[in-house]
Amino acid sequence: MFPINETMGQYSELFMLLAAGTYTVAFIAFAWDLARSSKTLKSVDLKAAAAGTTAAASAKVPVTAGASAAAATARTAGSGEDRLSGPADRAERPSSYASGTANGGVGQTADDSMRYGERRAPARVAVALTVLGAAIHAAAVLTRAVGAGRVPWGNMYEFLTTGAFVAVAVFLVVLVRRDLRFLGTFVVGLVIIMLVAASVAFWTPVGHLVPALQSYWLIIHVSIAVLSSALFTLTFAMSALQLVQSHRQKTIAAGGADKLGFMRLVPSALSLENLSYRINAIAFIGWTFTLMFGAIWAEKAWGRFWGWDTKEVWTFVIWVVYAGYLHARATRGWTGTRAAWLSIVGYLCVVFNFTIVNQFFNGLHSYSGL
Amino acid sequence: MSERVKSTEKSPAEDVPQPGPAKKGAVKAAKAGAAVPSLGVVGMLRWAWTQLTSMRTALFLLLLLAVAAVPGSLFPQRPANPSVVTQYIKDHPDYGQLLDSLQLYDVYSSAWFSAIYILLFISLIGCVVPRAIAHYKAMRSQPPRTPKRLSRLPEYGTLVVPADAGIPASDAIEDAAALLKKRGYRVEVRHDDGARPTLGAERGFLKEVGNLVFHTSLIGVLVSVAVGGLFGYSGQRILVEGDTFVNTLVGYDQFNPGTNFQSSQLQPYSIQLDKFQATFDRESQGKFGQPIDFTADVTTKENPGAPAKKEVLKVNDPVTLGGTSIYLTGNGYAPVVTVRDGNGNVAMQGPVVAKLQGENYYSSVVIKVPDAKPDQLGFAGFFLPTAFVTEQGISFSGDPDLINPQLSLNSYYGDLGLDKGSPQNVFELDVKNLKELNARSLKAGGITLAPGNTYTLPEGKGSITFEGVKKYVGVDIHHNPGQLSALIFALLAVAGLIVSLYVNRRRVWVRTGTHEDGRTMVEYGLLARGEDHRLAGEAATLRGLLAQKWNLDADNTDTAPSNSSPAGSPEPKKDQ
Ligand code: HEM
Repeated sequence: MFPINETMGQYSELFMLLAAGTYTVAFIAFAWDLARSSKTLKSVDLKAAAAGTTAAASAKVPVTAGASAAAATARTAGSGEDRLSGPADRAERPSSYASGTANGGVGQTADDSMRYGERRAPARVAVALTVLGAAIHAAAVLTRAVGAGRVPWGNMYEFLTTGAFVAVAVFLVVLVRRDLRFLGTFVVGLVIIMLVAASVAFWTPVGHLVPALQSYWLIIHVSIAVLSSALFTLTFAMSALQLVQSHRQKTIAAGGADKLGFMRLVPSALSLENLSYRINAIAFIGWTFTLMFGAIWAEKAWGRFWGWDTKEVWTFVIWVVYAGYLHARATRGWTGTRAAWLSIVGYLCVVFNFTIVNQFFNGLHSYSGL
Repeated sequence: MSERVKSTEKSPAEDVPQPGPAKKGAVKAAKAGAAVPSLGVVGMLRWAWTQLTSMRTALFLLLLLAVAAVPGSLFPQRPANPSVVTQYIKDHPDYGQLLDSLQLYDVYSSAWFSAIYILLFISLIGCVVPRAIAHYKAMRSQPPRTPKRLSRLPEYGTLVVPADAGIPASDAIEDAAALLKKRGYRVEVRHDDGARPTLGAERGFLKEVGNLVFHTSLIGVLVSVAVGGLFGYSGQRILVEGDTFVNTLVGYDQFNPGTNFQSSQLQPYSIQLDKFQATFDRESQGKFGQPIDFTADVTTKENPGAPAKKEVLKVNDPVTLGGTSIYLTGNGYAPVVTVRDGNGNVAMQGPVVAKLQGENYYSSVVIKVPDAKPDQLGFAGFFLPTAFVTEQGISFSGDPDLINPQLSLNSYYGDLGLDKGSPQNVFELDVKNLKELNARSLKAGGITLAPGNTYTLPEGKGSITFEGVKKYVGVDIHHNPGQLSALIFALLAVAGLIVSLYVNRRRVWVRTGTHEDGRTMVEYGLLARGEDHRLAGEAATLRGLLAQKWNLDADNTDTAPSNSSPAGSPEPKKDQ
């Protein structure tokens, strides 16, 4: 067992604070990006509409509802309609929109590939700040680990701080492949909340683990749980946006006014659904492992691999809800909006499991350092 | 089944042939299911079966299962905590009983929870079996017929091989076939279209296999759990340093047999606790005194005659013996006392297990001395490893280690009620028929002992000596024959899940033809079954490979299907 190093623990807390500060600035930059982009995009739209350059609309230029409807080729029109009619025929043509230079659809700037044409300076600043914050955050998590002489996830304080770091890291990694900067305010905002909650409500000094937690299964089981939860966080945000976006798309298609200008930055409901499905699939596999490794650990520690302990119950509930989500995606009438709701409910269960269950429910798991 | 559902979804691509005969049957079945039939009993049964095995029902049952599992975390559960349940019912006279009649204290064995998962698994079997048969057939049949209009497929493209390349349509199709075979497709070339040979190709049968393995393994997990419940057993035993446990029914303090348990299952191994050591945190400020290590040194024998073996038992590190696993689940102190009776004889000598009550091993002690003469003696009180007393006279334990051990007791004499043979809780003293000898409220006061001290009881009833302190451990002993197979099925399920989510099932069709001017025109289309976001990537790769094969420029014709097909392509008109 490694010795406790309180100085390192103090450094860690300082870094946490600095990270939270940096994230706060990044949050403001992300919010600014949303506000500003929606304005410029609107003016681009208006100009485009005025010039009547309907046919010339390329993927880089947002196309208004009218323009799309008037678009010349059958394929474009068809595609626009498909998007509106929702994912009813998703299963049949899952990738057809991703191919080629798909048209933006209604009031959209990005398609499935989520490539945005214009430069967004505030968003770049925000991402740079998030990277900086994540670097400081990484230092905080590392010094905490060194200070305690073990993996930094043994109590609520550490779950929150390390979990927040993983959430940011996952977000940044996904950013390399997909432009999800529209999720920036959400992810960074959530991370700030987690850090503040950790420092205010759950602060715990560096310390050793109780014997029950001294197992390599802690390393495996909890790390996978945290990683999957981070992925579920992303899909939660996307599913929530998907609901808003599909409502907005319907309104616009029906000739209504576009009241949610900032949603232009967000890809179409279908693109959101497709991407969140893919991330949910990965996270579901991760959660399956969480469940299994938890059972194996429970067998090692308590002699039974499953005993319907509160924490086990909720881990199971989450697993079943996401299994339902995957089924919904293959069930007619349940894709699209309903699937999105299931993804949201699943995430609420994750949050519940992590907050309320950890804190207020008595079970074998309630030794997490409160 | 999703197939059934999807087949009706695919209306926009009607001329794309659907897989095999199973599909048609399914469509028929779905149609039959759609209108509630007036077909009599058999019809009704068939209709009910179709409903039960439908994807929608599976989804509904899954969500219901999730909801039904929740109350088990809201209310205390009997299997885990029977005494808490009793208390809960007492504390809530208004609805406590009602909840009990709804089986809310036994959620996971309740009729309604069982009904849901049994229906779910019946639905699962009803889903998996026909799917497995259909898939087996699909795997053995040829790739589906080439659609008339490939351009309707989600991925579509054309290539033009110049006349001077000398590759006629029939060679081109063979080239494409070879290429697809190399990529793992199963290919069938069809020349029956005359001048326009085609090929159909398919890959990714593993996807469905993975799905079937996943769902079947879930059944396997359930069965394994059931087997464990039927043939397994578990029990508890407290061992003071020096004690030996022998694996026979009488060896257990508490024993929970499975439904089909037979006592002949018990192998008479033995395990002796030699020494137990607890280490407490002396380093970090916030967690000073928190336990950081429990280690029990034990000596085991597989059988009474087998050689002894030294082993270490720790939390998270059970000892396995005779088909069971032994877990370290608790520990505490056992003060050693000697009690002499009114006649001056030793009526009791040995360690007394102190039951944990609060912080820092603040524990309760009950000593029953039925052998004391002329009166039976009883003691009840507390053991404190590090005794402190507040100004109000309340004693508490300041540390988990034995820094200032203290035993404080009240004493009683009279009839302990043990002779009647009815079982009693060793941790509780029933004082109904006893007379108090020592208590704080009495003139004689309570008994406070440090190790080595002796106290003489009033009225010549005897004496009690606090000899020293030993440690004890609580061990759980489990035998679960379903465990290994549950693990194997769970691993199979994960493997199946990953395969099913990440293998893509795809179909490719290619059609070639010769233009009047001698160019060879090639068109191809791709279709995914199920979720496949990489279909476009596959289309691009195939295109690249074909172009490379024929030495063509990759942008040989429009990449994306456009509404102006190249003149003279095998299928000039794109449907609008
Ligand atoms: C014990 C409860 C069940 C669980 C936990 C479960 C879980 C899952 C999961 C996680 C998937 C997605 C991964 C994959 O494609 O393999 C899936 C797919 C599927 N499940 Fe289940 N399932 C259950 C019961 C059922 C039942 C009762 C049926 C049939 C009525 C069914 C039919 C299907 C089908 C057809 C798919 C493939 C969906 C597609 O084509 O994308 N499942 N299931």
